[in-house]
Amino acid sequence: MRRLFFALTMLLIPMAIQAQPEAFPSTYQAPPGPPVLFKNATILTGDGRRLDETDLYIADGQIQWVGAGEIAPDATEVDAGDRWITPGLIDVHSHLGVYPSPGVAAHSDGNEATAPVTAEVWAEHSVWPQDPGFSRSLAGGVTAMQILPGSANLFGGRGVTLKNVPSISYQGMKFPDAPHGLKMACGENPKRVYGGRTQAPSTRMGNVATYRSAWIRAQRYQADWDRYNQAVRDAAEAVENDSSGASVASALLTNTPPRRNLELDTLAGALRGDILVHMHCYRADEMLTILDMAKEFGYRVGTFHHGVEAYKIADELAENEICGALWADWWGFKIEAYDGIQENIALVDRPTGGCAIVHSDSDEGIQRLNQEAAKAMLRGNRAGLDIPPERAIRWITYNAAKSLGVHEQTGSIENGKMADVVLWNQDPFSVYAKPLRVYIDGVLRYEQDNPSLSPQSDFELGQLIGAPQ
Amino acid sequence: MNTTRFFAALLGPLLLASHSYAASLLITSGTVFTGDDAPPSQMDILIEDGLIEAVASDLSATEADQMIDAAGRPVTPALFAGITAAGLSEIGMVYEAVDSRLNELYTGLMHPEFDVRKAYNPLSSVVPVTRIEGYGYTLLAAAFGDRTISGQGSLVRFDSGFDSFEGKTTIFVNVDGYSGNKIGGSRAAHWMLLETAFSSLTAKQGNGLWLTHNEHPLINQDGRATLKDARENGIFVFRANRASDILQVLAFSRKHQLNAIISGGQEAWIVRAALAESGTPVVINALDNLPGSFDGLGARLDNAALLHRAGVTLLFTSGETHNARKLRQVAGNAVANGLPYEVAIAAMTSQPAEIFGGTPRMIAPGLRADVVIWSGDPLNVTSSADQVIIDGKLDPMTSRQTELLKRYLPTEPGLGRAYINP
Repeated sequence: MRRLFFALTMLLIPMAIQAQPEAFPSTYQAPPGPPVLFKNATILTGDGRRLDETDLYIADGQIQWVGAGEIAPDATEVDAGDRWITPGLIDVHSHLGVYPSPGVAAHSDGNEATAPVTAEVWAEHSVWPQDPGFSRSLAGGVTAMQILPGSANLFGGRGVTLKNVPSISYQGMKFPDAPHGLKMACGENPKRVYGGRTQAPSTRMGNVATYRSAWIRAQRYQADWDRYNQAVRDAAEAVENDSSGASVASALLTNTPPRRNLELDTLAGALRGDILVHMHCYRADEMLTILDMAKEFGYRVGTFHHGVEAYKIADELAENEICGALWADWWGFKIEAYDGIQENIALVDRPTGGCAIVHSDSDEGIQRLNQEAAKAMLRGNRAGLDIPPERAIRWITYNAAKSLGVHEQTGSIENGKMADVVLWNQDPFSVYAKPLRVYIDGVLRYEQDNPSLSPQSDFELGQLIGAPQ
Repeated sequence: MNTTRFFAALLGPLLLASHSYAASLLITSGTVFTGDDAPPSQMDILIEDGLIEAVASDLSATEADQMIDAAGRPVTPALFAGITAAGLSEIGMVYEAVDSRLNELYTGLMHPEFDVRKAYNPLSSVVPVTRIEGYGYTLLAAAFGDRTISGQGSLVRFDSGFDSFEGKTTIFVNVDGYSGNKIGGSRAAHWMLLETAFSSLTAKQGNGLWLTHNEHPLINQDGRATLKDARENGIFVFRANRASDILQVLAFSRKHQLNAIISGGQEAWIVRAALAESGTPVVINALDNLPGSFDGLGARLDNAALLHRAGVTLLFTSGETHNARKLRQVAGNAVANGLPYEVAIAAMTSQPAEIFGGTPRMIAPGLRADVVIWSGDPLNVTSSADQVIIDGKLDPMTSRQTELLKRYLPTEPGLGRAYINP
């Protein structure tokens, strides 16, 4: 009898603690990339340093060393004397694949705008890997990006972080072991979409009430699982301690697992911190409301997105270790974007611990994150904030990686990190700057003017046959 | 020194701080781009009573009320901001503050008489936000909507004037696939309706309303009068991206003798020879390189360079109103993709005025002194306008946004930001 209970318990424990296997796992595997030595480059490391006339060596998919070290005999040497090297650029806010090109109605897969809380949907299930926008952004030096649901809903669903590699499936692009994001939205969009249907929320107070109700359900769901997991542990312990068989049986029989709920899986994951919260929010006062709500429910807001008024609360954001993923110059397209200023990014970057990010939210902007960062740097410098390139590059590399929870693996040029690297024809903060080469995990994925290293989506193949050249 | 000059000299620093007007202004040592496609040269510029008086390599002996040492910085004519709704759209989604479009389709499929100039507000915050970034004028447009003809506009100067319109009446015609779908399920419907409207402009109809084949209102007598006049004296901007649509525009314009311009032109490079032959200018967004729709499968970054090499006249537009200031970045990207630099400068300064019939926008004696001194390369994201001069006046370089910056730049808010009133 005791042996039977023990066996039952052993069966239940893995099910309880690891509630389910990873769904839709990454199948991305980098092919072997030959070792490359870049000589005499100007390197912006991504974590705040600038190294002039420095060598960089990548092999086996990793950054092996910066400065000096041993190289393999078969290493290719690249003269980077007049060139600049940065980490691969990272966009924390893209809708490539979910709002792909061409933007026909049947491709509009970014907003499950049928209910204000759709935490159960996953953006990756909408990603069309043949979106030509992926290869365009690769030519702009983007090596990783987060694809988010839109902002029609208060809880829009899960975002996914992708490596910018061509693939038949999104699983083949999925950044291995990157945490999911949870897209949430403040302000005008949700209340317009649902208020327009005389449905909650139709006001900002309705927005907040609806978030809180959802978090309460998520807390209860988490508590149910915690209770269940505890009971299973207790049962195991009882067996271990040779307690009476009856109590063990009772513990097991009265504790069937709670029913899984996809929506609450996501919300509870965010409460636990396993899923990173990405919150679309424009107005300063609304962001502060959200911070209070996060305290109420004990979760962390990782990044405010768009944050057109983030400069008004730069200190609060830094104190709470929240990143601001922002545009260089967008403003005025709606009233919550009326107070946009071009110094926003520089001001969010200013306090100690400030985490400023340049994001695109645009299939055009993602191709030119370096130019967007250059504009923000210029405005900061003109306001007297003294921002050198080695500081500004963080906005599109390391800080972005941190926002996505992949900063241990990528986002800066440091030994042992993924060899996600861009070789630029010049200082990247220029309208004339272009990536000459883009490496992802040490594999050369793009080379300027080299058709065999310029990926093209299936959609683009064979179009405009007969057009005069 | 006469008394006016004496006081001007005395008050010079004060005048600089507000909207200042000096009878004469001397800019020395500018790297001057005159606005044509000539390379720049080191020049001094003398401005008197709002007009450029002289441009020469050394005017330092000349007395002037105010002097600015450009110290080698680039100087250009004030830039063209593209086709926008500046002064027509205060906030994009606040519809009562947007006047660039006529929504109700049932009143007629063509409203060339809808004149957005009546709604222009030079005191809109968008105007100074754009102006201080180096922009002096824009083409005010009736937004391309679903109907075939959305209305009319013209150039407008960013000089805060309530009626600072100039140039020819410009009619906006939409013949793309998206609107074609809305208007009858086919872009051919646009040509069917346009043919009906233009084929007998001189004929009269009793009730004043021309109807379509199925008795829907097509165009009224005012609209017909507008078209008649615009055919003689105006300009027709056709929104078209697909190569075949562009050729239809050329054929229609030839048949009806219209002064046509293409806006969009993503596939213009495919039909560049025909565009060059007909002398039709193209307004493009040089950042368009994605097949955003089936009209633009051929969108590519070197569109500008290809068109220029074929002899087509180019202008730029970003499709933005609030962020129209991005246009010089658009032009810079065209240069980064093969367009000669001076050609891009001309496209951003003198060409639009010339094409839309405005006053000449070059740095040359006798012309309006709308001039910008730049911190560096005016087409690069690394530089911005140091000083905008409109009509010979130094712009105070303030906008709602500079005022917000002044409020939030100090690290100590004191009693609160609301008390920091610059």
